[in-house]
Amino acid sequence: MKILFVGGGMGGTIVANNVARRLAREVRDGKVEITMLSATDQHWYQPGLLYVAFGKMAMNDIVRDQASLLEPGIRFFVDPVEEFELAQNKVRTKGGVVHDYDMLVIATGCEAVYDEVPGLAEASETPYTREGATRMFKRLRDFEGGKVAVVVGVPHKCPIAPIEITFMLHEFFEKRGIRDKVELKYTYPIARIHNIENIATWAVPEFERMEVDYETFFNMKEVDVENRIVHSEEGTEKEFDLLVAVPPHRGMKVIEENNLGEGGWIPTDRYSLQMEGHDNVYVVGDTSNLPISKTGSTAHFQSEVVGENIASIFRTGSATREYDGKVYCFIEADQDRATNACFNYIDPPEIKAPTKSMHMLKMSYNQWYWSSARGLL
Amino acid sequence: MSEMKVVDARNTFCPGPLMELISFMKRAEVGDEMELLSTDDGSANDVPQWIAKVGHELVSNEKIDDVWHIVVKKLK
Repeated sequence: MKILFVGGGMGGTIVANNVARRLAREVRDGKVEITMLSATDQHWYQPGLLYVAFGKMAMNDIVRDQASLLEPGIRFFVDPVEEFELAQNKVRTKGGVVHDYDMLVIATGCEAVYDEVPGLAEASETPYTREGATRMFKRLRDFEGGKVAVVVGVPHKCPIAPIEITFMLHEFFEKRGIRDKVELKYTYPIARIHNIENIATWAVPEFERMEVDYETFFNMKEVDVENRIVHSEEGTEKEFDLLVAVPPHRGMKVIEENNLGEGGWIPTDRYSLQMEGHDNVYVVGDTSNLPISKTGSTAHFQSEVVGENIASIFRTGSATREYDGKVYCFIEADQDRATNACFNYIDPPEIKAPTKSMHMLKMSYNQWYWSSARGLL
Repeated sequence: MSEMKVVDARNTFCPGPLMELISFMKRAEVGDEMELLSTDDGSANDVPQWIAKVGHELVSNEKIDDVWHIVVKKLK
């Protein structure tokens, strides 16, 4: 049996390691072949970019060699897929190599895109990209005061980030002693300040305590770079001296170019995580079109289900588990306190008061992540 | 006008029905109609509110067997 993984981010890596351990004997005996194709030889802990943008982590803290995270039985190639031939159970790589498979896991993720909002790339800072996080820290460090606007594109990964960024901006300027010189303005695309009602209810008094001004129903239309004004689809505008963006995201181009899914999002069964119409193709993490959070924890919990099911299908011919929509998010509340949100398709999150111990847990997880990627946690 | 797309946002909390609809609207062509399915009662109010603010058309908004079926048309 040949199991092929396309994408070496969090989702692909956890599933591959999970399957490699479950089928270790079969891999050793040559009955199972596990191959991973990735666009890069590096593995980035993407949530760490937020900490880099605020000077709390260094870039080398959040990257590892991808090969060092993989179980020994996994064949790893830095050669991204360019063509999917699902009807023939084959893919063709940029290097011209054809890989056939019995089971395919697509975990190519998504990326920030700026072309939907004219002026956004030139005018804004962001913690969502490696270049952006480094540049944002320099801007924050040198900022002398003025209007700071937070704008949020749709869709975006890590849905809690807009609120965390705002809390962290408040804290950062307070520590620098210039908070009284900063007008902090938060915008959000829908009717409340976060899409999860319980989080919105909890965050409103926090914003008021921090004197954060907020405007809802604000979807970026364009940015007037010269006059430093961001205009919304709803007809309003925000002036800024510093614009911090959660950019809109799209699935990877290779998905759309191969007609696997509009916008780069692959139609996926919400319980089995199989690609619609293709029983031997699984979709993990940000790549799916499921209406759930695009975040590492989603990929993590989905990966455990897919890993177990692939091994089970090999051994017994049938899958054993369904994904219940589980998502878990830490929420950094300020300098040394955090809370969390845990929910699934049925149960909404309940937000508890932030604690120091939850913040310490998040700080610890930033280090444990590498064990998580190895599929050990 | 192309075939009406269905945005199935039932039983999800994050990013939620309106955010899903906004994502779909961005990719849609002017004149396209979309049907949003939502089990969140808040959708019955915040979706029409957003549609009115941005200047699209609310075609219909009804609850059938605990699911809101909200049809909108992209006008610009």
